[in-house]
Amino acid sequence: MTENDCCGGCRTEIPKMLEVSDVINEGKGQTSFFFRQKIECRPGQFIMVWLPGVDEKPMAVSYYNKNEFAFTSQAIGKFTNALEKIKKGGKLGIRGPYGNSFSIQKNACIVAGGVGLSSVSTLIDALKNPLVIYGARTKEHLIYLKRYKNKNMLITTDDGSFGRKGFTTDVLEEVLKNKKNKINIVQTCGPEIMMKKIFDLCQKYKVECEASLERMMKCGFGVCGACMVNDKIACMDGPVFNSRQLNKLPEFGNFSRLKSGRKVTLKEYHSIHN
Amino acid sequence: MLQTNLCGIKLKNPTILASGILGVTKESIDRIGKSGAGAVTLKSLCHEERLGNQNPAMFGYDDVFLNAVGLPGQGIDSAMKDFVRLDNLSVPVVGSIYGYRIEHFGEVAKKMASLKPAMIEVDISCPHLDYGKPYYADPNLTAEVTKIVKKNSGKIPVSIKLSPNVYDIKEIAHAAERAGADAITAINTASGMVIDIDARKPILANRIGGVSGPALKPIAVRCVYEIYETVKIPIIGTGGVTYGKDAIEMIMAGATGIGIGTGIFYRGIGVFKKVCGEMGQWMKKNKVKNLDEIRGAAHK
Repeated sequence: MTENDCCGGCRTEIPKMLEVSDVINEGKGQTSFFFRQKIECRPGQFIMVWLPGVDEKPMAVSYYNKNEFAFTSQAIGKFTNALEKIKKGGKLGIRGPYGNSFSIQKNACIVAGGVGLSSVSTLIDALKNPLVIYGARTKEHLIYLKRYKNKNMLITTDDGSFGRKGFTTDVLEEVLKNKKNKINIVQTCGPEIMMKKIFDLCQKYKVECEASLERMMKCGFGVCGACMVNDKIACMDGPVFNSRQLNKLPEFGNFSRLKSGRKVTLKEYHSIHN
Repeated sequence: MLQTNLCGIKLKNPTILASGILGVTKESIDRIGKSGAGAVTLKSLCHEERLGNQNPAMFGYDDVFLNAVGLPGQGIDSAMKDFVRLDNLSVPVVGSIYGYRIEHFGEVAKKMASLKPAMIEVDISCPHLDYGKPYYADPNLTAEVTKIVKKNSGKIPVSIKLSPNVYDIKEIAHAAERAGADAITAINTASGMVIDIDARKPILANRIGGVSGPALKPIAVRCVYEIYETVKIPIIGTGGVTYGKDAIEMIMAGATGIGIGTGIFYRGIGVFKKVCGEMGQWMKKNKVKNLDEIRGAAHK
């Protein structure tokens, strides 16, 4: 009846056990897990990582080249702490990549908060010479310093232990204010409160914005409905949303949904999940 | 051509989003309605908030899809505030409910009815064993649940969703009909397991889950066929419907409504429009003017 008439299904989304080819310590409690495996991946996409007997969670693809990819985990909960025990030669179940991706544009400014840098790192790698604004709580929380030592990167820490004391949003406003910088688009990943402020700044200075949103995920392929942000399915329509879409998502920066599906304020969400 | 009357509810076409797929929020079911479904079913709600199982909770390969999400839900009280009402969306809404004890079913039905859904569907496949057997496996328990839901639902039609994991689905359907059910939804998923041989573990965190997708279809068609021979009330045929030909097959087995859930995994949210288009093409080619002409055709 259709071109797909050959069979009913023809779609496979199942974890595949892959050997960890390398483990790199990126900072305090922050680890990158590498796999020598060819995948098709665009900047901003994520994979589902299964640790048998523990859990399965979405993780951004943080390194990506022809024959290899990696994700970077921050040990904050049961799953990410258990991941820390995985050594080179160990195995993890991987499926994906899933979701849409960041656009590739000239004169991009990337703003990352905390481990959110791992969600924009493949974008930074794909761009020619982006301006990167990167903030974390303290020096200890900063990752990829060596990886990006030759990049045009402005670093902030909340306590001033590295780079400038303050927030990424302060730096971004200065950058956007100066028209000489000719920023064409701001692309961001980090705490949603930060991204909301960044989006508001972009609106104020009339610059396009793309933000990568994090929501509770189960399937990763647009079926379960756990990750809804208003009428958008974060795992499939997102995780990257542009200005036009963000404008129509009143939940962005304000509400999220718990594992049960109950809608709560972002503050309540983080008090339960962090 | 595809217009369908289900318990007095006028559907523009017989496809109905099955419970458990994308039906967590009001905005998501409205979106499914706008994408072509004749009606949409909410994810099941009970008397309390539930987190559900750990991940992995679902995956698919070839013609097989497994899930064990473990009935997460915000609970009916929270949903009443979240949804406010269910009669003002782009399509008729089916409110799916369940409970642990029989009295819970009554309480949740009453609250769900106050939101004014077009229909209430009762998920009797929940694994609570307060009465020694699951509800779906015992005709008396099925009848008890049906009676208490009917008593608390006013004029809203009630459909009982049956499980294929029973010896004789006919006697369960019959019990539901005698107890006052307005329709039967058949079927829920079939119990199954997939083991990853590299991990040496079942993939689902819950180990056992429900099988859906095209692999479930022959089981669903058989159940609908048997139920059609047993009861007079309409059947919502659910299980593995992915293409228009599957929906036609289900109607020939005796279905009035056509549930589609996992079909979204294979063909996207556009599956409802695609299935309806394919049904229309088949009907034109075979000179069938309306679905009543072929309903139950396989029994003749």
